[in-house]
Amino acid sequence: MSNVPPDLQYTKTHEWVRRLPDGTVEIGITDHAQHALGDLVFVEVPDTDKTVKVGDPAAVVESVKAASDVYSPVAGVVTQGNPGLAAEPEAVNNDPYGKGWLMRLRPAQGAATAELMSAAEYQKLLQTEAA
Amino acid sequence: MGHKTPLFELHQELGARIVDFGGWDMPVQYSSQITEHHAVRHASGVFDVSHMCPIDLKGTRVREFLRHLLANDVAKLTRPGKALYSCMLSEGGGVLDDLIVYFLTDTWFRLVVNAGTRDKDLVWIRQQSAQFDVSVTELTDLAMLAIQGPEARAKTASLLSGSAADAAMALGPFFAARVGNWFVARTGYTGEDGFEIMIPAGDAVRVWRELNAAGVASCGLGARDTLRLEAGMNLYGNDMDEKTHPFESGLAWTVAMEPAERRFIGRSALENLTPSKQLVGLLLEERGVLRSHQQVLTPSGPGEITSGTFSPTLERSIALARVPAGALQHVQVDIRGKHLNARVVKPPFVRFGKSTLQIDK
Repeated sequence: MSNVPPDLQYTKTHEWVRRLPDGTVEIGITDHAQHALGDLVFVEVPDTDKTVKVGDPAAVVESVKAASDVYSPVAGVVTQGNPGLAAEPEAVNNDPYGKGWLMRLRPAQGAATAELMSAAEYQKLLQTEAA
Repeated sequence: MGHKTPLFELHQELGARIVDFGGWDMPVQYSSQITEHHAVRHASGVFDVSHMCPIDLKGTRVREFLRHLLANDVAKLTRPGKALYSCMLSEGGGVLDDLIVYFLTDTWFRLVVNAGTRDKDLVWIRQQSAQFDVSVTELTDLAMLAIQGPEARAKTASLLSGSAADAAMALGPFFAARVGNWFVARTGYTGEDGFEIMIPAGDAVRVWRELNAAGVASCGLGARDTLRLEAGMNLYGNDMDEKTHPFESGLAWTVAMEPAERRFIGRSALENLTPSKQLVGLLLEERGVLRSHQQVLTPSGPGEITSGTFSPTLERSIALARVPAGALQHVQVDIRGKHLNARVVKPPFVRFGKSTLQIDK
């Protein structure tokens, strides 16, 4: 079973969103997504101050097999890409909700967000996809 | 739903992720592609290659037929059991397939061709064979396993009885022999020592489990691809196909232009062309991953990556690329709009577990 922490929000495209106390959001890919991709060997995170729209390909995660885009579930300005992933892309496999976070961004005023799901709803989606 | 090998249900039981490969449902990985890759470089791994197609050719003129059909020259095969890698060309010199041919007796040769091309190959071979009175038989009741890695031969032989084990271990590189009801060949597609075996389909599951029990890791097509690319070996359909000829595919070494009187299919086309392109190895000098179809920028014009991946052994990205002919040392590759530096190198990248390149870490 995939690990789906209850305190995060999720997208249909298997990103997670964590709301941080300072008003920014942290974004990564889910345990299910990292497992499906396999061993990650390269991660490209966005530059600081880059403006992203909802659904923009904002990061790229590459496994041995293939490159996959990670779509931003929130519109805003990137405050940081995870600098640790250049040397340690496997952190996304080993700790997708912790050390494997991809980017943080400050949501735009009245920012549009993709339709986000609760942990329970995301669990249900995974069960539907598996069936 | 694709074709299934005799091992399909075992792959599922072992937790493999299954993908379509040339119309076959094949295991791409069991646990981790990188772990499987390293198992082959440092110990041993077993691959299901039953999707590939063995074809027996029999007749008194079979050698003459193969000297006509194949770009490499089976006249090089003088000792029974010896194998040869060759391209099979169209009249226009395009690569219809690449294959291994085994010389078994003066009237019996065996080919192993790719899964994706088997139907087309069979039609072509039958068509060409008519004038040589050679019988063409597809072997369908076999499973094929590739056991590869420095420990592969000994682990495989441990499944056999004393004299059979001795016979298998006595095989020289690129030799094959019948050992009981197994056909054992000391060949492979990984750059490591090992065997490729053909066994009765009904024995496949038992043999696979015995190999696992002997410590041979189950490996999927994912690891097979990174291993073959590190070994600088072409993949049909990626690195060459009907639209490319061997000289622009890094395969000139497999085309026997001597003796000049051997008029193999595709020869006149090759004689009349000057290759404008070449297939080279690339080592990415920056972070990123080379992938097939990325554009290569060179001082003498554009090229294209035909196979690219992350090399688990080198911990760098490597590729094969078709670029303009002529000397090249440094090129750039367009990855999502960024131009990254790559060094042109001569494959293989890795041989017998070790890097063949000077790499600054």
